[in-house]
Amino acid sequence: MAEKFDVIVVGAGPSGNSAALKLAEAGLSVLQIERGESPGSKNVQGAILYSDALEKLIPDFRDDAPLERHVIEQRMWVLDDDSFVGTHYRSDSFNKEPYNRYTMIRSQFDKWFSERVQKAGALLICETTVSNLLLDGNRVVGIQTDREGGEIYADAVILADGVNSLLAKKAGFHPELEPKNVALAVKEIHFMPQELIEQRFNVKDDEGVVIEMVGKITKGMMGTGFLYTNRESVTIGVGCMLSDFKKQKITPFELLEQMKEHPSIKPLIQGGEMKEYTAHLIPEGGYKAMPDLYGEGWMIVGDAGMFVNAVHREGSNLAMTTGMHAANTLIELNAEGLPFSKANLKRYKAKLDESFVMKDMKKYKNMPDVFHTNPQFFNDYPELISNAARTMLTVDGVDKKTKERQIGKSFRQRRSIFGMVKDTFKLWRAFE
Amino acid sequence: MHIVVCIKQVPDSAQIRVHPVTNTIMRQGVPAIVNPYDLFALEEALRLKDEYGGRVTVLTMGPPMAEAALRKAISYGADDAILVTDRAFAGSDTLATSCALAAAIGQIHKDMPVDLVFTGKQTIDGDTAQVGPGIAKRLDMQLLTYVSKVRSVDLDKHEILVERRSEGGVQLLKTSTPSLITVLEGTNEMRFATMANMFRASRYPVKVWNREQAGIEDVTKVGLKGSPTVVSKVFAPTLRAVKAEIIQCENNEPKDLAVTLLAKMFTKFPKIEQEIAKRAA
Repeated sequence: MAEKFDVIVVGAGPSGNSAALKLAEAGLSVLQIERGESPGSKNVQGAILYSDALEKLIPDFRDDAPLERHVIEQRMWVLDDDSFVGTHYRSDSFNKEPYNRYTMIRSQFDKWFSERVQKAGALLICETTVSNLLLDGNRVVGIQTDREGGEIYADAVILADGVNSLLAKKAGFHPELEPKNVALAVKEIHFMPQELIEQRFNVKDDEGVVIEMVGKITKGMMGTGFLYTNRESVTIGVGCMLSDFKKQKITPFELLEQMKEHPSIKPLIQGGEMKEYTAHLIPEGGYKAMPDLYGEGWMIVGDAGMFVNAVHREGSNLAMTTGMHAANTLIELNAEGLPFSKANLKRYKAKLDESFVMKDMKKYKNMPDVFHTNPQFFNDYPELISNAARTMLTVDGVDKKTKERQIGKSFRQRRSIFGMVKDTFKLWRAFE
Repeated sequence: MHIVVCIKQVPDSAQIRVHPVTNTIMRQGVPAIVNPYDLFALEEALRLKDEYGGRVTVLTMGPPMAEAALRKAISYGADDAILVTDRAFAGSDTLATSCALAAAIGQIHKDMPVDLVFTGKQTIDGDTAQVGPGIAKRLDMQLLTYVSKVRSVDLDKHEILVERRSEGGVQLLKTSTPSLITVLEGTNEMRFATMANMFRASRYPVKVWNREQAGIEDVTKVGLKGSPTVVSKVFAPTLRAVKAEIIQCENNEPKDLAVTLLAKMFTKFPKIEQEIAKRAA
């Protein structure tokens, strides 16, 4: 006899785990299906954990979650070929508990999160791929897995199956992802003794440093690089839009190799031993590229729904929040004895609109377009800014007024006054 | 027919790293898997069950987290799973482990007589291949190691016919049951678990036995006390500073390359050239 649950959650990443946790805590019968060997085994992220979203789900997460270092210093670097201009913000206020941001390693974190979900009563089955949604008319009534006897039924299915969301695509809920709406990121984890990390990044105990990088490391492509300190390793990576990789004909691997050779970056990872190399797609199409988020008996959460704020490097917190709202919607409807129909699941969208999730998604809705059509932000400006700094800092007998004029001229030659005004306006509009 | 399959949870040796500074093995974050050789034993047992009927019980000794390995075995179709775990077992070597497992199999036997015990040929973390034979000796069972295939079982005559890999060929051996068989890799291919068994595995209450429940009375026979093996040192091999040389010649024709290679070899090892010349003469 086929199994039947109140809710099936497809995927055990942050969004799926959040949804399953809430549902199980509310006493609904939940089945969670994960494709990987264990939760987290296939999941890739930078990774920074923003505590706020998780705190709402698991207030005491700090007690036993596998966290690496809390971030006390954020560096923003703009790089050209051999220099960087940057800001460093370090504050001892980040050293006061409860900490706000942590570096983490997702394979460990997701496993921990999933254990909490299972303790709450959800049933987890790993190493199983959901190949299709079972439909009754246009209503989702369950899932079909790749295993013999794989039909399982549920009143609602939450699609937390990640960036590609093959399931929703197969069911015709949204079209194939477009290369301009996804970034391809690659990263490496380099093992490094704790003492070396502490010396090199000027930190102690569990303190950590985050470096976000833009500029010529992405060869004019829309993207960013990053370097995070973990307890006993350093994570370094770079990600650019898939469409740009296609155009530039450069492989992500080459890009990362070149970035690691940058004279400002190389000394930071020197002496480390590479432990892990991973690659992943990030849905960065923003608000305009979002698919339908709910329908008859189904909802989409996390990466599958394009919930990523590319500008602020946020994703897992949006995933957790969307998972939580999807679960809360079902819990409410269940309590009121209402069916999980499209008309009722509208509440999910309403909850998202109310929350920071949709507000932020809407705020940056023009950002992808601006950066796609204006490569100067990733190419020309980093070089100009770096040259300007070098000109001003080189003491060579040239007076400062002349230097300023030279800098001004270099900017005008590359971008023209009108061009710069336009660029400023574009950025202002996009961030407004 | 009742088959007990002994399995072990091991760190995935493909993912173990040596600490670059202290040279110790870094176990942290290394995923635990079922010893790959044991899966061939389990699959062979499940195939016999499919053919002759009966039950398959999986048994392991290890820390509480080893439960995951048993659950995995259930998902493939094992009927029962028993975890023997006790602080008293900490530090067990192969002698102490085989003692504990033999006692546990004795307990299992009381519930339902055991006809066959299967193990993998060895584990990937210890590589000793001693535990299986140790169990057989203690239970006074026929022992067949490096078995590549179980041909047939005669339930009435209590006989089993197996193929055993040996140097230079395959032996066809018949012995009486109960017997213990260590199964070779490549014997079979593990099945893809059915959805029903996946559900069963995720809900299955693994039986947990402590020392007394496993039938071990003498504490000095298990754990560190029962283990004469002493590991005096663990170290990473030092890397050799020999660099590979790329052999090239004009046009890079295979024939010319071979001649160049031989010439280089003869210069470096003149004894080889002398030997070849001697034989040619």
